[in-house]
Amino acid sequence: MLDLVNIFVKGIFIENMIFAYFLGMCSYLAVSKTVKTGVGLGFAVIFVLGITVPVNYLIENYVLKEGALIWLDDSFATIDLSFLSFIMFIAVIASMVQLVEMAVEKFAPALYGALGIFLPLIAVNCSILGGALFMQERQYSTIAEATSFGLGSGVGWFLAIVAIAAIREKIKYSNIPPALRGLGITFIITGLMGVAFMAFMGIEL
Amino acid sequence: MQFLKNILDNLRPNFEEGGKLEKYYKGFEALETFAFTPGHTSHKGAHIRDAIDLKRTMFLVVIAMVPALLFGMWNTGHQYYLSIGELTGLGEGLMEKFIFGAIRVLPIVVVSYAVGLGIEFAIAIKNNHSVNEGYLVSGMLIPLVLPSEIPLWMVAVATAFAVIIGKEVFGGTGMNILNPALTARAFLFFAYPTKMSGNAVWIPQESGMAGVDGYTGETLLSQAYNAPVGAEFGGVAYDAAGQQYGSLADTMWASFWGWIPGSIGETSVFAILIGAAILIFTGIGSWRIMLSFLVGGLTMSMIFNAWGANAFMSVHPLQQLMMGSFMFGMVFMATDPVSAAQTTTGKWIYGFLAGFLGIMIRVFNPAYPEGIMMAILFMNVMAPLIDHYVVEANINRRLKRVKVAA
Repeated sequence: MLDLVNIFVKGIFIENMIFAYFLGMCSYLAVSKTVKTGVGLGFAVIFVLGITVPVNYLIENYVLKEGALIWLDDSFATIDLSFLSFIMFIAVIASMVQLVEMAVEKFAPALYGALGIFLPLIAVNCSILGGALFMQERQYSTIAEATSFGLGSGVGWFLAIVAIAAIREKIKYSNIPPALRGLGITFIITGLMGVAFMAFMGIEL
Repeated sequence: MQFLKNILDNLRPNFEEGGKLEKYYKGFEALETFAFTPGHTSHKGAHIRDAIDLKRTMFLVVIAMVPALLFGMWNTGHQYYLSIGELTGLGEGLMEKFIFGAIRVLPIVVVSYAVGLGIEFAIAIKNNHSVNEGYLVSGMLIPLVLPSEIPLWMVAVATAFAVIIGKEVFGGTGMNILNPALTARAFLFFAYPTKMSGNAVWIPQESGMAGVDGYTGETLLSQAYNAPVGAEFGGVAYDAAGQQYGSLADTMWASFWGWIPGSIGETSVFAILIGAAILIFTGIGSWRIMLSFLVGGLTMSMIFNAWGANAFMSVHPLQQLMMGSFMFGMVFMATDPVSAAQTTTGKWIYGFLAGFLGIMIRVFNPAYPEGIMMAILFMNVMAPLIDHYVVEANINRRLKRVKVAA
């Protein structure tokens, strides 16, 4: 149990998707103008990561890995399908995102409008595929670990986007040099936030 | 005073419209208002007449830092004389120690002010807006959080980074999201870690002196961190004769007065508390942040005490609070009105979490000897979010009231 908490906390703070790996930057930069849309997209990412990482975990361990198909027949022991992992992971992610999109459109049409193209684009958001690939690389031993990793990464991404959205709302009327307005200052803020998040780097749980 | 005024009045025509140095009027104005209250008032809109303005506010903070600075100078000298084994008594050689320390510390202060104010003046003149006074405080804070052995060019680079990237790109004083002094320190910490941590940087060394080779001073924090598992941490501070204290009370006493190795301004809890009193009395520093910061740190230390997995965790809570830069961060860094939370409820949350995380990072993170700086930076980043939700909660509460009434 403590293991799961560790992986979860690690995903939020120490191995934050944004500030430690700089993954998923496109929607992070584009949808962080207001806290409200940031929260919406953040929840969508938590949901997608929380579902796709365990599903991909199952696919990885029961279909793709070398010898994973052994549960079908002993003669499959040498078959290694891991060259298919990109396409399989992406297929899972894309279908999950479709699901989220339909749910958001039905239950929160305003948010659906605000997120615009970035909602379907979660399908190609690098932090989602990154989550699946990290799961593959780190070889979590149970599905529970993979789930808590997915949820932790999602919460970390959520925290990052709402924090920068609040900052961007705060500096809306600041006298920023014209050349830096918009994306320029956002990149600088992201860098400074990364420095602040380095507080947690190096903690061993 | 009249004399100074005469000089300024004579110079003024040069800087006014049509004068030779018209371009530099903003710089002149900044220097003039530093000494005298300007004669002109706002031209339109309602305004409040008050003797205090940004410049006076900032100056009061600088005054509050003076005890820590003076003590830091003495302590720098004291640590040096301890290392060479002369004048080891606390009362001995007060002037020698003070002068030695001043020679070490003042250049850092001068460089920090010269670089920072230079950049501020240049930008103000280029953009033709008046010079902001915010740097008065940052310029003093930066030297106080550095070890006395820091090379001066590093101070200059860090100051430039903090002023330009930390502040000016956001539109200058009052707009920054991170505390500039902490930005400078974090920059140095990550860019030149060997000059900012370890055991060698805290004791001033005279080049070419054989006697001090290999004499290093561990800070209390690294002693606590390296204490063997299961050992009772009594702390080891150096007393008058260079002997090591053993008992907890002695260590606490030493870290309260501050004759221990550490950054220039952070060691003496006593000097910092004088500053805190000035800040609270004048209403400039938020006592809410200070109190909640203290409570946060205390809570975390007590949790660690109850946990007690290693020697660092079982350090007495009071000792935990007096070590390192906890007090300094609490009084001067966390209370920065720009980068802290703005709402009252937000201040309580902000302070508590900063203290809480500070102790947590200090104990948990083997990569950093001290966590207060990083915790405050982290909370600087989170402060707008806290404010956002406090305001949101307020709006919702009032909306509910309206609906009930209707």
